[in-house]
Amino acid sequence: MNVDLIKDKLGLGDDKIYGVIGEFSEPDDLVEAGRKIRQMGYTKLDAMSPFPVHGIDDAIGVPPSKLGWIVIFFSALGGLTALLLIWYVGVISYPLVIGGKPLFDFSYSIPVTFELTVLCTAFATFLGMFAINGLPRLYHPSMRYRSAHRASDDRFLLVIEAVDPQFDPQMTAEHLRSVGAAEVEVVEG
Amino acid sequence: MSVVVEQNPALMEVNPPLLPGVQGYHDLTEKVSAIVEGDVLKTPRKYWITLGVTASVTGLLAAMLTFLVSTGIGVWGNNRPIGWAWDITNFVFWIGIGHAGTLISAILFLFRQKWRTSINRSAEAMTLFAVMCAGIFPLFHTGRPWRAYWLFPVPNTDLTLWQNFRSPLIWDVFAVSTYFTVSLLFWFTGLVPDLATLRDRARTKVKQWTFGLLSLGWRGSARHWRNYEAAYLILAGISTPLVLSVHSIVSFDFATSIIPGWHTTIFPPYFVAGAIFSGFACVMTLLLIARWTLNLQQLITIKHLENMNKIILVTGSFVGYAYACEFFVAWYSGNIYERFTFLNRAFGPYWWAAWSMYSCNVFIPQLYWFKSLRRNLWVMFAISITTNIGMWFERFVIIATSLTRDYLPTSWGYFHPTWVDMCTFAGTIGLFLTLFLLFARFLPMIAISEVKGVLATQKHLFKNQEVVTK
Repeated sequence: MNVDLIKDKLGLGDDKIYGVIGEFSEPDDLVEAGRKIRQMGYTKLDAMSPFPVHGIDDAIGVPPSKLGWIVIFFSALGGLTALLLIWYVGVISYPLVIGGKPLFDFSYSIPVTFELTVLCTAFATFLGMFAINGLPRLYHPSMRYRSAHRASDDRFLLVIEAVDPQFDPQMTAEHLRSVGAAEVEVVEG
Repeated sequence: MSVVVEQNPALMEVNPPLLPGVQGYHDLTEKVSAIVEGDVLKTPRKYWITLGVTASVTGLLAAMLTFLVSTGIGVWGNNRPIGWAWDITNFVFWIGIGHAGTLISAILFLFRQKWRTSINRSAEAMTLFAVMCAGIFPLFHTGRPWRAYWLFPVPNTDLTLWQNFRSPLIWDVFAVSTYFTVSLLFWFTGLVPDLATLRDRARTKVKQWTFGLLSLGWRGSARHWRNYEAAYLILAGISTPLVLSVHSIVSFDFATSIIPGWHTTIFPPYFVAGAIFSGFACVMTLLLIARWTLNLQQLITIKHLENMNKIILVTGSFVGYAYACEFFVAWYSGNIYERFTFLNRAFGPYWWAAWSMYSCNVFIPQLYWFKSLRRNLWVMFAISITTNIGMWFERFVIIATSLTRDYLPTSWGYFHPTWVDMCTFAGTIGLFLTLFLLFARFLPMIAISEVKGVLATQKHLFKNQEVVTK
């Protein structure tokens, strides 16, 4: 097997560049820089921060989360499954008159239907969120950045990915410095 | 940040910073991670001694359950006419304790109560441990816990029966198991960014691998955070009705029966208020101990504790109102059995339990009307303990007094717990504390990323204010 070919396919080639990362120490500065960089025409942007920074989504153009659509589908599925189960058990599989109560009724189905809806919603939210984010994964090129570990502590990173049509290692790095990044580094993929 | 505050006495008056003692993001990371990262062998001896004691009590629980399974549930004191006694009391007690965790993490989140961030992680962990303790009682009351799967609608060849979905007991199975699962998912979702912080700080290979795998490759990308916040909002949104439903459904176990004292429509809100009341008290007990032993004074401030005491006062008063309402309705209904049950509750053979409950739940929390007492650590520690004693008695009083004397005087009785009953309950307290001690030592007890969000808001707020005043 050609190791280089596999690396290339996986985007792990040694000569590949992942992007340029600039470092900021305050969330407000990150948002401001992100907005300016986007105005310069860059589109493939990302940010890394220790907590959700408000305003960054609009500044660098992160689309709204689609999670809600996935979740509502599974919530409905959970509720319908519960109703179907209670109906099937009560009317088809094991009809038994207890205290003169009907074999199936919505009123006494409410608790179990509600709980199963919530359970399905929770699983869809939990699994869906990580799936959309492409997690779990063991490695990401941005982790090669010298102080990537501080993005979960007290640093705010602005990333311009190499796939951006305007990307040029020197120029882009210069642009990042011009918007106030304290440290700028070209990161290999 | 403290410098800025001094420049703005007016703002300090109206909206003081929540965490004046924290110097910044890195300081916060250090403060919280230091507890987790300390050398295990250098953990203070008092920790190991405490853990040793609680673990021994957990051993007692294991011994009691083994004895129960090998002998039969006759070793418990439940008998005619009190078929539900000590074990169901403990079940409702522990489930109730769990409610504070979800209230803090979900309902206060929806109400934008920023102060919740310092206490939500430990309260959520407490919820999980309390529900585990609760589950033990109905599980072992079945007598054959290895057949507990009969409670769930899964194909079983040895029974070929289905569950009765008209029974509140099966609703309870669904409610409690859903509650535990959702709480676990919510707790872990909140934990992931903090596990990533610990991964990035880890020095040893073992820690790098452990936290690396647990944090699922989280890297704090803006896209991650956007989906994460959506997920957090959805989880909070569904946990809010969930937490209200769980104790409502627990109360249906009683309210749908025809036993005097149980058959009332006030039960669902009354149970939920009581659950939150006892849960907050339990969070208070644990936090005060953790704050003192782990030196968390700067992260869990008097302001946090005072806010919790206000909730204890409110929910305690709800409970007091519910007691009064029950008595009024017992008289107003004209039902002689109801009247008898309530008079019997206060002045019958269990008068001591009933008055312990009224004192601990209704009268003592009224002290929190005084600000100085709300902010006094000794007072709040004492009240957090009496509240939980009171709430245990509440469940005992509801269950035991209604069953001890119902319609037929020939079948009246009196409940005596056996030593197995008492040791099993003590054992669950041991299990609860053991799990909490392990959590407090080996996982971040404060939600680092959420508190950082609060710090950022504060910085932003005070920065803008400075510009205005100049």
